[in-house]
Amino acid sequence: MPRVWKFGDAINTDDILPGKYAPFMVGEDKFHTYAFAHFRPDFAPNYRPGDILVCGKNIGLGSSREYAPEALRKLGLKAIIAKSYARIFYRNLVNLGIMPFEAPEVVDALQDGDEVELDFEQGLLRRGAETFRLRPPPAFLLEALKEGSILEYYRKYGRFPGESAEG
Amino acid sequence: MYLTLAEKILSKRAGRAVRAGELVVVEVDQVMVVDSIAGSFFKRLEQLGATPRFPEKVSIVIDHVAPAANVEVAKAQKEIREWGNRHGCRVFDVGRGICHQVLVEERLALPGGIVLGSDSHSTTYGGIACFGSGMGATDIALAAASGRTWLRVPETVKVTFRGSLAPGTTAKDAALEMIRVLTADGATYMSIEMHLLDGAESLTRSQRLTLANLTVEAGAKCGLVVPSGEILELYAVPDWLYPDKGAVYAKEVEIDLASLTPRVSVPFYVDNVEEVAKVKGKKVDQVFVGTCTNGRLDDLHQVAEILKGRQVAPGVRMLIIPASSQVLEEATADGTLLTLLQAGATLGTPGCGPCMGRHQGVLAPGEVCVSTSNRNFRGRMGAADAEIYLASPRVAAATAIAGYITTPEELLGG
Ligand code: SF4
Repeated sequence: MPRVWKFGDAINTDDILPGKYAPFMVGEDKFHTYAFAHFRPDFAPNYRPGDILVCGKNIGLGSSREYAPEALRKLGLKAIIAKSYARIFYRNLVNLGIMPFEAPEVVDALQDGDEVELDFEQGLLRRGAETFRLRPPPAFLLEALKEGSILEYYRKYGRFPGESAEG
Repeated sequence: MYLTLAEKILSKRAGRAVRAGELVVVEVDQVMVVDSIAGSFFKRLEQLGATPRFPEKVSIVIDHVAPAANVEVAKAQKEIREWGNRHGCRVFDVGRGICHQVLVEERLALPGGIVLGSDSHSTTYGGIACFGSGMGATDIALAAASGRTWLRVPETVKVTFRGSLAPGTTAKDAALEMIRVLTADGATYMSIEMHLLDGAESLTRSQRLTLANLTVEAGAKCGLVVPSGEILELYAVPDWLYPDKGAVYAKEVEIDLASLTPRVSVPFYVDNVEEVAKVKGKKVDQVFVGTCTNGRLDDLHQVAEILKGRQVAPGVRMLIIPASSQVLEEATADGTLLTLLQAGATLGTPGCGPCMGRHQGVLAPGEVCVSTSNRNFRGRMGAADAEIYLASPRVAAATAIAGYITTPEELLGG
């Protein structure tokens, strides 16, 4: 069963993937193995695909490096639940097809190591007998996420979500 | 309808009045790509099956690891040159300088324009009232492929700087004070609109770039300085490029420059800002002057003024990296460099240098660095526990001479 990896507030992109471990520095095939290398060295070796990141306020502040969330996606991350997101990071998540849920109450209720199940369609998170409801991201983002990623959306429609078909 | 400066720029481009909260798709003037992101950018374009729609609107800058530090980087940079040639996009090669400085110098970023950069400090262009915003590789690739981008028109925080800078303080201190007041997420998704009044309008282009550079540290989408003073001399500023009186702001903040004191941002968060007096005496191993925040000619002048006829403390490494080849040339021509070198400083290739811990001045475990840059996150410049204190070039210079954190006034009297 997927487990929760819980982090605090203000986790920055240097925490998620230090700049010196960019794909540009260490190679496309290796960079994801350095996710949280300084901050939580046990993360990358023990993370299992489908595990969920649960974070506090302002997750992803700092650099615009898309390879930070990309490293997480490469490890198998599909969703984050946080109290709030930094702007560029939020866009990057949506663009990569990682679902950014914003739910402060749920963040407070979850503990590191909890075993949970996430129902994307319904926006429901289950822990044992408990069920938490997650508000879905705004409609225009869902439109993009439905196609898998913004790239796939653009390739299919030749326009941005929310933009009129003629425009 | 009364509009903020961000709403003005986006409305002009959208061809209709747009307000905070609306989604818009707008044309962009430049798509700026840095070396470390270029590989992902190429890959995304390939996935899209697209090439740059307007090659002249794409600039790639080799600055984040310049010259190349290892074979991986050298291969990536070789690919950048070949790709640039093949597609007719500008490539600014090793030594030309830091992306943001280069785009301003080359007049590719202009007042009222829209520049998207694959680097979060693309807010810097706001110093000249250009809507600059950082995005990830995918957004940047989409902008190159389509010539456009989609954004939510941001709400605006209005920051008014009043008066002339107090003696011993700089635009960096003002910028750090702004981040302290707003906090690291105080302007998330927003535009920070900076008004310079009662003497503050005399801040130069360089100083305005410093202010705008730091705005992303409060989470801002863009940071726009209302044009005045030197900007009106350097550019033909369109007459619509001003916020309306009566524009609606999410928050308003005032910063009095006349009563400002030297500031320092203490590890490991940029908004952890204190008066220098609070950390005075902290021993340092390295002092770094440079970056898109404070690597310009006036910054080097301030450092030279303090270092002139003095020596960097034994055991301290002082690294100076001009922000661009133009800065390097000017600092050579006017003798500034000689002063710095005679004081015991050493010089790096124009570019980002050790700002993000990849080369040219990486910190060992336990080391302490005073840097004129903009981020002091854990492990940013090397070892996870190395400490980075962010400060002005003046404080950096005084610290280099003393060997511990101090101000020129404390150290030299006056
Ligand atoms: S100097 Fe530092 S902050 Fe500026 S663009 Fe380079 S790495 Fe980023």
